[in-house]
Amino acid sequence: MTPEQALLETEAPVEMITVVIDGFEVTVPKGTLVIRAAEKLGIQIPRFCDHPLLEPVGACRQCLVDIEINGRAFPKPQASCTIPVENNMIVKTQLTSPVAEKAQAGIMEFLLINHPLDCPVCDKGGECPLQNQAMSTGRPESRYEGVKRTFEKPIAISSQVLLDRERCVLCARCTRFSEQIAGDPFITLNDRGALQQVGIYENDPFESYYSGNTVQICPVGALTGTSYRFRARPFDLVSIDSACEHCASGCAMRTDIRRGKTLRRLAGDDSSVNEEWNCDKGRWAFKYLTSRERVTTPMIRGADGELHEASWPEAIAFAAVGLKGKRAGVLVGGRATVEDAYGYSKFARVALGTNDIDFRARPHSDEETSFLSGIALGLTTSYKDIDKADQVVLLGFEPEEESPIVFLRIYKQVRKRALAVLSDAPFASRGSVKLSAKLVTEISEISGLTSKSVILVGERLSEKTGALSSAVALAEKSGAKLAWIPRRAGERGAIASGAISTLLPGGRPVSDASARVDVAAAWSVDSLPSNPGRTTSEILLALSVKNLDAVVIGGVDPLDISNSALSQLLNSFVLSLEITHSAITAVADVVLPVAAVVEKSGSFQDWQGSSRVFEKAIADSLSRSDVRILSMLADEMGTPINLPTVAATAREISALGKWDGSAVKFESARSVKDLATGDKLNLTSWRLLLDLGTLQDGEANLAGTARTASAHISNSRAEKLGVKAGELISISTDFGSLELPVEISEMSDNEIWVPRNSIGSQVIAHLGFVSGQVSVAKA
Amino acid sequence: MDNPLTPRSNDLGLTAAAKANKPIANQDAKSFFAQLQGFWVTLITMFKKVNTVQYPEVKEPTAERFHGRHQLNRYDDGLEKCIGCELCAWACPADAILVEGESNTEEERYSPGERYGKVYQINYLRCIFCGLCIEACPTRALTMTNEYELADDTRAKVIFEKEDLLAPLRAGQLQPPHPMEAGKTHIDYYLGNIKGGLNG
Repeated sequence: MTPEQALLETEAPVEMITVVIDGFEVTVPKGTLVIRAAEKLGIQIPRFCDHPLLEPVGACRQCLVDIEINGRAFPKPQASCTIPVENNMIVKTQLTSPVAEKAQAGIMEFLLINHPLDCPVCDKGGECPLQNQAMSTGRPESRYEGVKRTFEKPIAISSQVLLDRERCVLCARCTRFSEQIAGDPFITLNDRGALQQVGIYENDPFESYYSGNTVQICPVGALTGTSYRFRARPFDLVSIDSACEHCASGCAMRTDIRRGKTLRRLAGDDSSVNEEWNCDKGRWAFKYLTSRERVTTPMIRGADGELHEASWPEAIAFAAVGLKGKRAGVLVGGRATVEDAYGYSKFARVALGTNDIDFRARPHSDEETSFLSGIALGLTTSYKDIDKADQVVLLGFEPEEESPIVFLRIYKQVRKRALAVLSDAPFASRGSVKLSAKLVTEISEISGLTSKSVILVGERLSEKTGALSSAVALAEKSGAKLAWIPRRAGERGAIASGAISTLLPGGRPVSDASARVDVAAAWSVDSLPSNPGRTTSEILLALSVKNLDAVVIGGVDPLDISNSALSQLLNSFVLSLEITHSAITAVADVVLPVAAVVEKSGSFQDWQGSSRVFEKAIADSLSRSDVRILSMLADEMGTPINLPTVAATAREISALGKWDGSAVKFESARSVKDLATGDKLNLTSWRLLLDLGTLQDGEANLAGTARTASAHISNSRAEKLGVKAGELISISTDFGSLELPVEISEMSDNEIWVPRNSIGSQVIAHLGFVSGQVSVAKA
Repeated sequence: MDNPLTPRSNDLGLTAAAKANKPIANQDAKSFFAQLQGFWVTLITMFKKVNTVQYPEVKEPTAERFHGRHQLNRYDDGLEKCIGCELCAWACPADAILVEGESNTEEERYSPGERYGKVYQINYLRCIFCGLCIEACPTRALTMTNEYELADDTRAKVIFEKEDLLAPLRAGQLQPPHPMEAGKTHIDYYLGNIKGGLNG
């Protein structure tokens, strides 16, 4: 954090210091580095190792300037990135001091001695700080006539990051990032002198979830991403600011497009959310769009049972016949934008006349429904609260796996001021170890929270009956700030848009007659359905027993819900709005192609509830957003929803505004002790960041750094089973079984943990549930 | 004030000339000889050597450095010189060149070194034959030939692909992909230490 940010955040008076740089006075907070003070004046001092979010190191020496304090000059030029300003300091940069200018040119000449002249084949060429600064501050010609030092190149330090050691200028940005920001010191400087080089440990691969950031901050082309290697030059790319669709962290992103295709994504700069970082999933998982077979035209299932291409009017008419006057439900999926979710919500209420709508494509409970409709939208906890927290409690939430930028924020405070972290995880995951998290087994054990504490609740907490209620009670009792952090980007926005049975848009309770009248007036309809709607699992059940006839499905993977979800759809009319062919389109009666995130504009709501707007990146795409298609369909059904564009939808959402009446009352549930008996173990699971998720399709380099699936059990349990670490055990339920290698962790003897959706460990598909009792035996 | 750029009238000054009673052209006897003198040039040209070229039956060589169609050159063993760096496309003021790079692998090698040009297109409807691309090329992969017959009847036909631009294989050259000469690196290729065809 820079002193300027510190000033903003603490709001306490900070001593100001005035310095003279190149003859201009500038006043900055105490502790500001000379290089930053110069930036404030618009004076650019060349630099490689300096990065505003990393601790100063003075490794590259490129930022040398002349400094005098109280009339006494330093005998030699000093690195401006390591020296804080002082009173009566006079700084002369390369612009006014020939000494500084010569020193900088000399350093540049040194850096270039061993730097290869392979700019034409280097991915950094054209956006390279070394190229640019060699032009602006280097000598026009090198006096070096010897042979350049060469290394074998490139070496893959992980499947997604390549290292060209001869290009490295030893600025230590990558190593400092890994250590200070990500907490994964897998990359380091080896050897000394001319042979000093960046390297990885022999036994620890560079399996950091944040490794892509090292590629982005490398000031030369030493670290490059495998999937972008040799793909394009900066001048080929059209860059669009966008938001990340992968999780609820809400990262600002930059999407680079060449000829209608995403070639790379970079972390955007938003100091209140992701600072300048993002995770590898956000950076590299964008090929899901091109790797699977795209739905390009509307399709109708014919009498032969096959899908056939159809025209838009034909397919819309067919879908309208299948839905009009029928008892239908809507499954939105957690990845819809706010505007699309609003479209589904309005479509369900106006065109289908039902409250049977749910965005949750995952295990869920009535307790959660009540929590989401009564409490979730009122939560205002933000990243800033984590920065100021005295304790952070993680309940049903593994930040590094489920919301990586939240992890970075917590880790920053853990590193800076040993922030206390509590977690209810069954064992200390790698993320928990980095956070030095103290594990608790019961929420009731937690004490000592204050109003400055933050309780971060994950979507998985709903899987334990009563746990959400305990978390809410804990927050009420202690005054601690509560936050609900779902995994998917669209979930909070879906609640706000009313894509849930209990709420209308803006958090208006369906049960409240005045809220219904309010919305009905805004939508120009006579009335809205008032009967309580069904949840995802209830909709699926109703479809299978013919209490519902039809269903509209957005981006949903049935295996995220339950292993029977797909078969429950078989007897009903299914309308699928999809980007690629999937398990749902395989059973759908009508498939309508929709736009992917890069092809449409829209917004997500991150876990803080703030809006993350993004524009259409592929400008000439003809794909349409879900909301526009639903609007066409509603027109055909004779019950128009009047949402012709995303922009019109956004206007309607803001005109409708938020509900100012009372929220639904949260009905707490009694917690149930679910103790394992006999040989059975309690299974818990969560998804790893890099796993078999649909949106990671087609990016083998990314999948190469996914953590290998293994089952965690305690040492004494392993002894009882007669297995050693690395040996296979078989985990089984009445439904099925899976085999995984054992990893021994410090945990209760009655607990077992497996990854939820990794290679060899797809819990819902193989065991039939995500948490419960399983039998374990040596395989 | 009147706009000085607006003409007062549109008779181009003829009225004024008539008023001054000046002759419009030389119409006296002296001027007859002056006109004959003009035809003298026509007359003697009839006995000079004819410059007309009977194109397309007869094609004369262009100047040696005439900027014609581009060519993608090869090393002596047939590997391509192009490394797909796109500097030509970057230099092009008419945006006529499109290049997409790709990685060479040990199994499939098109050029020495790591990178080759997978897609290489020049749009001759856009090209202005300025030669800046040739100057930009770091490996002398791109040069210009003297070929100037580039007209065609569809737009697609004047977008030349890589196979249209690559130099034809000479004796001893092998069609890539094939490995580099044994024991040599891309630097040897760049320095011109490759002699003759593949492995001698």
